[in-house]
Amino acid sequence: MSDKLRNAYEQLGLPRLIIIVFLLALFAVAVIMRMDLAILIKDSITRIGMNGILVLAMLPTLACGVGLNFGLPVGVIAGIVGAVTSMNWGLKGFAGFFTAMVIAIPLAVIAGYLYAMLLERVQGQEMMVGTYVGFSVVSGMCMFWLLAPYRNPAMIFALGGKGLRTTITLDRTFGKVLNDFLGFSVFDIYIPTGLLLFMGIFFVLIALFFKSKAGLAMRTVGSNPMYARSSGINVQRMRTMGVILSTVLAAIGILVYSQSYGFVQLYTAPLTAAFPAVASVLIGGASLRKATIGHAIIGTVLFHTLLTIALPVTQTVLQGADISEIARTIMSNGMIIYALTRAERR
Amino acid sequence: MRNGHVLELKGISKGFFGTTVLKGVSLDIRPGEIHALVGENGAGKSTLMNILFGMQVIQDTGGFEGQVVVDGQAVTIDSPRRAMELGIGMVHQEFMLIPGFTVSENIKLNREPTRGNLASRIFGHRLETLDEPLMQADSRMALGKLALSIDEMALVGGMPVGHMQFVEIAREIDKKNVRLLVFDEPTAVLAESEASLLLDAMKRLSSEGIAILFITHRLDEVMEVADNITILRDGEVVSRMPRSEAKLGRIAELMVGRKIERPVLPPRKSEPSDEDMVLRIENFRVDMPGERVRGLDLSVRRGEILGIGGLAGHGKVGIANGVIGLYPSTGRVAKDGSQIPLNDPKQALLSGMAFVSEDRRGVGLLLDESIEMNIILTAMQVQGKFLRPGALQSLRLEDRSAMREHALEVMRDLDIRCTGPTQLVRRLSGGNQQKVCLGRAFTMEPEVLWVSEPTRGIDVGAKQLVLDLLVKFNREHGMTIVMTSSELAELRKICDRIAIVYRGQIAGILPPDAPDVDFGLIMAGKGAALEEVS
Repeated sequence: MSDKLRNAYEQLGLPRLIIIVFLLALFAVAVIMRMDLAILIKDSITRIGMNGILVLAMLPTLACGVGLNFGLPVGVIAGIVGAVTSMNWGLKGFAGFFTAMVIAIPLAVIAGYLYAMLLERVQGQEMMVGTYVGFSVVSGMCMFWLLAPYRNPAMIFALGGKGLRTTITLDRTFGKVLNDFLGFSVFDIYIPTGLLLFMGIFFVLIALFFKSKAGLAMRTVGSNPMYARSSGINVQRMRTMGVILSTVLAAIGILVYSQSYGFVQLYTAPLTAAFPAVASVLIGGASLRKATIGHAIIGTVLFHTLLTIALPVTQTVLQGADISEIARTIMSNGMIIYALTRAERR
Repeated sequence: MRNGHVLELKGISKGFFGTTVLKGVSLDIRPGEIHALVGENGAGKSTLMNILFGMQVIQDTGGFEGQVVVDGQAVTIDSPRRAMELGIGMVHQEFMLIPGFTVSENIKLNREPTRGNLASRIFGHRLETLDEPLMQADSRMALGKLALSIDEMALVGGMPVGHMQFVEIAREIDKKNVRLLVFDEPTAVLAESEASLLLDAMKRLSSEGIAILFITHRLDEVMEVADNITILRDGEVVSRMPRSEAKLGRIAELMVGRKIERPVLPPRKSEPSDEDMVLRIENFRVDMPGERVRGLDLSVRRGEILGIGGLAGHGKVGIANGVIGLYPSTGRVAKDGSQIPLNDPKQALLSGMAFVSEDRRGVGLLLDESIEMNIILTAMQVQGKFLRPGALQSLRLEDRSAMREHALEVMRDLDIRCTGPTQLVRRLSGGNQQKVCLGRAFTMEPEVLWVSEPTRGIDVGAKQLVLDLLVKFNREHGMTIVMTSSELAELRKICDRIAIVYRGQIAGILPPDAPDVDFGLIMAGKGAALEEVS
């Protein structure tokens, strides 16, 4: 019995244990403060579903040895362009959502390829360069949002008649299409079935991919490039594929996120898109050397439940002090620092 | 200086983890003497030098037995700094120079003459100003002793290697009390003209009374400059002689020779012959740092075990790495008459070759993956084995049960000792890791297997096992094997022919039972002398 416990503990690792204990404590406080648990749990589940695929996008780059994809905004932008274009055509419901995906994916492939070419030239510093690529792309696209020839009045600035708004509602197009698909309630907790299903499908697909010939090749490149080369694997191609796959997942991920959130956020909003995803996968136990689907799942669940629960609870305890945004930033960046310092030491 | 020796080593013995590396080695050097220490790779030369310089690794592994005597007084050298204080200097094989500093800054590094200034009076001597004119003057003097005109203000970065070597030497002789200089294979990286300059410099230094311990395996250089010669083999002094009594052939024989018991190998149905060549390599060049191959021609008979020997740095290791496409190469490699595209590992592997790298942990293994995965991955990626059926080749899924079955079979055949097929390779012993590497190659079912240094860093029992495995696969499956090894003895145990590489080319191909002296001479670049003798 004690062996089993020890095993479970070693599988989980201390950081995750601490977070789980902290989470349980928060729930206890919430009960004591007579907060509405149903809403807290519902919000947590929704947030997990919203962010799952963005976190998943970290796996391909980690697997192929490029590291954490701090350039996630590259894919996010491709996704947003897809969303905005689909809306411009006035497509509604699933038609709108899937059209957005169909537009976003080729864009993400192209952008991912160019991004991969750049990373290939800066080997060893992919993560730092990626961060700044993300920043630059987001800033550069601000001009695009202003000048792009979108004409749908629901999307452009009411004054002046030109340029997309900073936040565009998806109410009348594909807002919540996944969340509401087959959704139901148990004990007052709303389960966004479609959202979870959609996320689940992608997790299964990626898990299968890493058991395929190409997926194994990618993992090999990440764990020992020389072994990979001596096994006839084209190392550069695998790294490129990893970056493209990650970028495509980011594009899909932001579409899922936006439809659940109900808004598309443009301009500088995607600037920090990478950080919660990075924090999640690291919290899940991934390191620069090893990252699995399990890490992504545990990380998404822990990190996003924590964010969802911790804020209202502290808010209630502190009586009205509005610290939500500050706390969110401190937590997500703090976790990145914590996890990165730990990852290096292994 | 009671008996006139600068340095005496008395009965030095040293073991690493139960393996004896040095057995009662003694050595004396007088002032102004050039003493050559020759021996094969692994003869114990480096260990002896580590002891002389008090390197940490010696203390960490339990110290050594014997005595070091400097100027007639027994001393304990427990750090390189102590060796320096005693006037023992070392010219390293790899340069320890800072490229962005000038020659004089490098020569004076950490021993700079300084002058006081206002800040240093307040904050201490660390802030004193460098006395640059004095530094330059000293450097010029040191370089002058070597009769070399190098600009002492030039940056080391862009210099030819030969000059860097001289800067290293200048740094050592600039130390005021230096009495003994150790040259550790100083000519290994030099062109011939540079090497002869260096030998001249050594003679000049010795005429000024500095004793020189010259470690090398280039025998012609030994014959040119050395006063006395000590030959080390398997950690023992096998002979010492003044140069006047030395003969090149004799040294070569002593250096290599050891009792070879060639086991009786199982017979073949038909012996390999020149009639049936499986592989032809022509004008082959490989740009592998430290192991360059320079226009080599070699043919491999079908079904034989061909050994490739030679001293370190001459390019023997580069051949397999180049053929398999891991290092940039040019030339022509043809298998069964059809040319194999170079610099493309996939094509090389597809043509029916496999490779076991000399760099086991760096190239040969995925340390954090399972034994199973290590064994099957190359065959899966190249030949599409162990995959379930699927429409798209690259998206076909792994076939777990086929993988497991094969891994278990390999583990049984090669006797890999482990807890199971899912154990991480990192946790295996060196010998078992090597067996996993072999398993990886055998899984490819190659016609030609390239094996580099298969017994490096594994214990004696495992060595024999690995050699037995190679013979077994050669005899039972008719697998042609090209084995590169620094250990001539093991090549002579199992090979049909042994090719010796010298300066990136084949210097000669010998039968395994050829006399020691022949191997020694060819390795030392004296193949011509061999022909004269015979």
